[in-house]
Amino acid sequence: MERKEGKMARRLKAPLKKEDIKDVRAGDPVLISGLIYTARDAAHKRLVEMLEKNQALPFPLEEAVIYYAGPTPAKPGQPIGSAGPTTSYRMDPYAPRLLDLGLSAMIGKGQRSDQVKEAIRRNGGVYLGAIGGAGALIAGTVKRAWIVAFEDLGPEAIRALEVEDFPATVVIDSQGNDLYEIGRKRYLDSLSL
Amino acid sequence: MRQIDVSQVSRALAEMAVEANCYLGEDVCGAIARCRKEETWPSAKDTLEKLEKNIALAAERQMPLCQDTGMACVFMEVGQEVHFTGGSLEEAIHQGVREGYKNGFLRKSVVADPIRRGNTGDNTPAHIHYEIVPGDKVKIVFAPKGFGSENMSQIRMFPPAAGLQGVKDFILRTVEEAGANPCPPIVVGVGIGGTFDRAALMAKQALLEPLGTHHPDPYYRAVEEELLERINGLGIGPQGFGGRTTALGVRIKTFPTHIAGMPVAVNINCHVSRHKERIL
Ligand code: SF4
Repeated sequence: MERKEGKMARRLKAPLKKEDIKDVRAGDPVLISGLIYTARDAAHKRLVEMLEKNQALPFPLEEAVIYYAGPTPAKPGQPIGSAGPTTSYRMDPYAPRLLDLGLSAMIGKGQRSDQVKEAIRRNGGVYLGAIGGAGALIAGTVKRAWIVAFEDLGPEAIRALEVEDFPATVVIDSQGNDLYEIGRKRYLDSLSL
Repeated sequence: MRQIDVSQVSRALAEMAVEANCYLGEDVCGAIARCRKEETWPSAKDTLEKLEKNIALAAERQMPLCQDTGMACVFMEVGQEVHFTGGSLEEAIHQGVREGYKNGFLRKSVVADPIRRGNTGDNTPAHIHYEIVPGDKVKIVFAPKGFGSENMSQIRMFPPAAGLQGVKDFILRTVEEAGANPCPPIVVGVGIGGTFDRAALMAKQALLEPLGTHHPDPYYRAVEEELLERINGLGIGPQGFGGRTTALGVRIKTFPTHIAGMPVAVNINCHVSRHKERIL
């Protein structure tokens, strides 16, 4: 475990077991290692279309971690380019369905809908925030990357990323607590103390 | 008449695309450093430190600061004494963007049709704005614009009676509704007056001004300062995790408008507030 701003960053292993996330709480720093999959707008549309046609998905959803991201192209000799998160709400229409099918975690940035929060709670999942605009910093935690599906989508293709100590913060925990509400309130309350 | 070969424009843009995406301007770096020092909330300070690390890493590895290397916004101020030779200026601008995004390993984020989508594969077309000015120089400003923040921007046609209060409320509401989505700390560009399109253009142009500069009219300068203070009192903080540092700056641009109207546009930019300038 690593000490971080007074709080231990919890190490999580991906694919991510539900029991490993049941007691992480909104605001907790985490470090993720293992295999995660990038998917953003166009990839989500296709994943859901595949589900509708009863086709097998290009990666196992069970215990999966999806990272809302579309990296820049890798320079020769590097596993990946800049690789920060994209805004998550655009995936809100698709997320509950994927959570119901076993998805453990989503990594992104920004607010989620009430439907997504409810689906997180119902399934004991988690929503993690990565630092938006810190693409170069995050790229350093990606050890290997390869395309798993939808190569024609370019930056929106689904990539498998092997990550080591990928830094994130728990934004919505399995109880439905939301850091965007709590964090702001805690800060503002601290001012009136 | 001064002759300028359009290939010079292509070359400049290809270089600026990489510079803008990998090296953050000193004004923005300075503002982030200042906010980190003044930030009292520990987790917010920690996030700002990470942003500074990201800036250093990006420069060291010549890697884009952010994976959203944006839609290419190009602002051309063309001296009226200039005669472009060697082909189409417009095509030369697209060509420069094409080369910069390809050779610089930048992300291609443009789709050919807004509804039917389909990536164009080379980040073109660029969005170009031309202005004809006196003189024989050409000023090129290149500003890649990420859409996490672009999507949080708003425009509204107010009745004149809404007054300054209406304008301030609208700006604050826009920032509050944006919340964590545009990767705070943000930069807020505001256009007030003109027409519907002029207000939006001014809001974007306000984002091109160096942080720390102000509207020349003290009346609006005071509004910029008041709004920055109030935005940083909202508590949203870096990444929306809570804290003081919600915005790095607020910049307003204004233009005369019609007796019946008061257009207000708010263009939000993220902390990766990118723009490079070159004069030919
Ligand atoms: S809003 Fe800015 S920092 Fe955030 S992902 Fe988009 S371009 Fe990057």
